[in-house]
Amino acid sequence: MQLDIAFIIEKVLLISVILLGSLGIAMYATWAERKVAAVMQDRRGPNRAGFMGLFQPLADGLKLFFKEEIIPDRSTRFLFILGPALAMLTAVMTSAVVPWGPDISADNGVISLQVADINIGILFIFGVVSLGVYGVMLGGWASNNKFSLLSSIRAASQAISYELAMGLSLVAMLMMTGSLSLREIVEQQHGFWDNGYFTWNFFKQPLGFIIFLTCAFAELNRAPFDLPECESELNMGYHQEYSSMKLGFYLFAEYINLFISSAVIATLFFGGYNFPFMDEVAGSVNPILFAIICVMALLTKVICIILFFMFIRWTLPRFRYDQLMRLGWKSLIPLALVNMVITGAVILWVIK
Amino acid sequence: MGIYEISFWFLTVMALSCALGVILSRNPVNSVLFLIATFFAISGHYILLNAQFLAIVNIIVYAGAIMVLFLFVIMLMNLNADTEPQKNRLVQIAGAISGGTLLLVILAALRTSTITSLDQTSTDIGLIKNLGKTLFTQFVLPFEISSVLFLSAMIGAVVIGKKEQTV
Repeated sequence: MQLDIAFIIEKVLLISVILLGSLGIAMYATWAERKVAAVMQDRRGPNRAGFMGLFQPLADGLKLFFKEEIIPDRSTRFLFILGPALAMLTAVMTSAVVPWGPDISADNGVISLQVADINIGILFIFGVVSLGVYGVMLGGWASNNKFSLLSSIRAASQAISYELAMGLSLVAMLMMTGSLSLREIVEQQHGFWDNGYFTWNFFKQPLGFIIFLTCAFAELNRAPFDLPECESELNMGYHQEYSSMKLGFYLFAEYINLFISSAVIATLFFGGYNFPFMDEVAGSVNPILFAIICVMALLTKVICIILFFMFIRWTLPRFRYDQLMRLGWKSLIPLALVNMVITGAVILWVIK
Repeated sequence: MGIYEISFWFLTVMALSCALGVILSRNPVNSVLFLIATFFAISGHYILLNAQFLAIVNIIVYAGAIMVLFLFVIMLMNLNADTEPQKNRLVQIAGAISGGTLLLVILAALRTSTITSLDQTSTDIGLIKNLGKTLFTQFVLPFEISSVLFLSAMIGAVVIGKKEQTV
């Protein structure tokens, strides 16, 4: 088997760009979160470092890097270090299957703006998401602190419970698309309007979208489901014993998760890189510019979804733990099942 | 040696050494982590066989769900190496004899078997489309019966859980 050097270089370049891009966006998501909070609470927010506090993320990062690194005496050292590493790894791994833009046909072949077009893209995402629990669990257990352990067990049980409803809500959508490949799902949502109906899956599966979005909130440990880091009950959460950049990695992984899952939501339900009148635009500009416009369309959707996540965080109060479990098991899973049955009936008798 | 064989041997060594790590490590949390690594190696083998669906389902179900529950229980019980219960000498001897017998049988079987070279004929049966068609046409009855089995196991778990709550 011959290794294709050009292919490897292309993929390494693409991976680096995606990685740096998600790190950058995650960095500015922290800034945006604080600004959104400030606006909603009638404050100014960060405004000291640079214009409108735009250098604040850099300052925060520097602060975390230069802080003293403390590893507790009674901790399990190896697992204590492995925890944040796993959290970071699983956070960025999902970006491999998201199609960031259409194929660019250059003179010598086609350049794909997707790292790996595997035919089980959605299952890959589920696999990585289900592994994401380990970072939190190992970190919490290895700290040898009761609050950390309690918090990590909360995080794990929450993640497992909501994964079920998440999977079921997507089954209904997959019945309509008939494919597990993210690229194919995006291509089926081409444009905006086709055959007298919207092409985006949001309009075909509104209930599935709401269930998926709720589960995404829970999987991301974001308010109103941020019970793993509930300060009033657990001091600080699973990263209580962490300091310096290890803490930074946990916090940062959360924002990378936020970005990547917004990208997945945009891809699955809002047409990915498709936008209205894209065929007219494709006919009048050159392919590279068109690809850039497509990537921009995807990023715009992603940023809107991130902002939505932030608005919700500063609007709703936190759920109690039993309420969270009741919502997950007794409301979302039956709803997802009903959605599945309705979708099956519609496909069988209405659409054919 | 091509990249196929290199990855095959790498995954094999990884699977075997991690499986050994499961039974040799004193700390149960490390055992669980070794077991997860073993599942990853086996998933790698599935990918080499072009069975992508099996590979990812192996990871989702075993590494992502069942092992999380294992870890859950171990963490809650807080089992450490120093709290490990002392085992009965009789049990140890019985374990050594039965394990040794199994080893002898395996060795005897291995001695007479011949090593066949790796075959690289490609199959598509592991891809989700073909697998789904096979499951829902040729093997639909066993498939449905096993799902009934899972349902009964689930109901059993709910019943046991309820009983503990009322007592």
